[in-house]
Amino acid sequence: MIQEHISKAFDHELNDLRQSILIMGGKVELMIANSVKSLVERDTVLAERTIALDHEVNAAEVSIDERCLELLALRQPAARDLRFITIALKIVTDLERIGDQCANIAKRARELNEEPPLKPYIDIPRMAHRAEIMVKEALDAFVRGDAELAVKVCRDDSFVDDLNIQIQRELLTYMIEDPSTISRAMKLNYISKSLERVSDHATNVAEMVIFMVKGKDIRHTIA
Amino acid sequence: MAQTQEQTEHAPILSVSNLNLHYGEAHALKNVNLDMIRHQVTAFIGPSGCGKSTLLRCFNRMNDLVESARIDGSIRFNGEEVNDSATDVISLRRRIGMVFQQSNPFPKSIYENIVYGLRISGVNDKTILDEAVERSLKNAAIWNEVKDRLNDSALGLSGGQAQRICIARAIAVNPEIILMDEPCSALDPISTLKIEELIEELKSKYTIVIVTHNMQQAARVSDVTAFFYLGELIEAGETRKIFTNPEKKQTEDYITGRFG
Repeated sequence: MIQEHISKAFDHELNDLRQSILIMGGKVELMIANSVKSLVERDTVLAERTIALDHEVNAAEVSIDERCLELLALRQPAARDLRFITIALKIVTDLERIGDQCANIAKRARELNEEPPLKPYIDIPRMAHRAEIMVKEALDAFVRGDAELAVKVCRDDSFVDDLNIQIQRELLTYMIEDPSTISRAMKLNYISKSLERVSDHATNVAEMVIFMVKGKDIRHTIA
Repeated sequence: MAQTQEQTEHAPILSVSNLNLHYGEAHALKNVNLDMIRHQVTAFIGPSGCGKSTLLRCFNRMNDLVESARIDGSIRFNGEEVNDSATDVISLRRRIGMVFQQSNPFPKSIYENIVYGLRISGVNDKTILDEAVERSLKNAAIWNEVKDRLNDSALGLSGGQAQRICIARAIAVNPEIILMDEPCSALDPISTLKIEELIEELKSKYTIVIVTHNMQQAARVSDVTAFFYLGELIEAGETRKIFTNPEKKQTEDYITGRFG
């Protein structure tokens, strides 16, 4: 049980920071779901909305960064609080990059929606779903200080990696059989790679959560 | 050879073991064990009444002046027992100097303040005294400010200057350890930074133990931080570890401002 600070204002500031990161995370999760949905359902309007949402995510990053710097300067946090704030600074960078990847997916979807579908999309939505869960769980782990959940997120990364390899292999067979599919297959390949990057960013967040909770850096140690 | 050198360098200059101190019925220090390493700055932190100043005052037997104080356990200074009845307390206090919270220059000239310790130990040679004054004031980073008015009363100095005069007075007798009991709590932020800078410079020559209520000060100046609570040493360790990832929950609660 974490005791409250003697300074109530500091507690409020930390809670506000936590809430802002959750709101930013919520937007990013929505971007993951909608970018792929705009592809699967050939919904270009949804793709445009997803691209527009990226601006909000970018603005959130800037505002959270500012707030973290203020807290560092004004409160001189130590130990757990110091780790929380410095990790918040890094987490928003990963969230912002996830937003970028989703905006890229939505742009490719917009292009693909102009052409006949290459194939039914099965594995890409599975990847997106898992990546979205990873982001959600990484943020839950951050907010609750739950290192076990963070470890689960790190493990889930290989599921997404494997699907990415499988999709690339499959797309390659399409391209070899019929060169007229190359343009569309390359775009799908790009989308798959983007989702793989999304799950990497979620893994980064999870690793930082483990550091925040345990004070032990596990980056570059888990296979 | 190199290893021997290494061992001496890292050998504790002060070693506290199983130390208990009672003021009458009150148990002020409870079984404290702690080593202080030569040429390091050790900071004692903890809430008021936790025993940090009491422990500091044990090192040069300042608690002898408190009638109700009863000490058991051991404090070894360079391997010799501080509390031994054979210990020469005057010589001990020359080797372990002290600087207090309120700067306390004597109502004498700046010059006489600095040479006071040397004079009472019988040094009267003007060349030696002059040399000691210049060296001490330079080491205390105040020479340039007072060199033209060494015969002025030390009572006319600002708080920050007076505190540096007291540090100069402490180092004039070439101590091995300097104890500082909240040396900056009566000073403005700039004077505080000057004292902190001075601590950084002094540690190449002396071993410093500082009691401070300002945790950021402990974080800035010390190599080792020891956290006390209700007379117990809760945790001691490398300062950078204590302030980023302490082992004990009580330490964490205190340094993050959660202590209820």
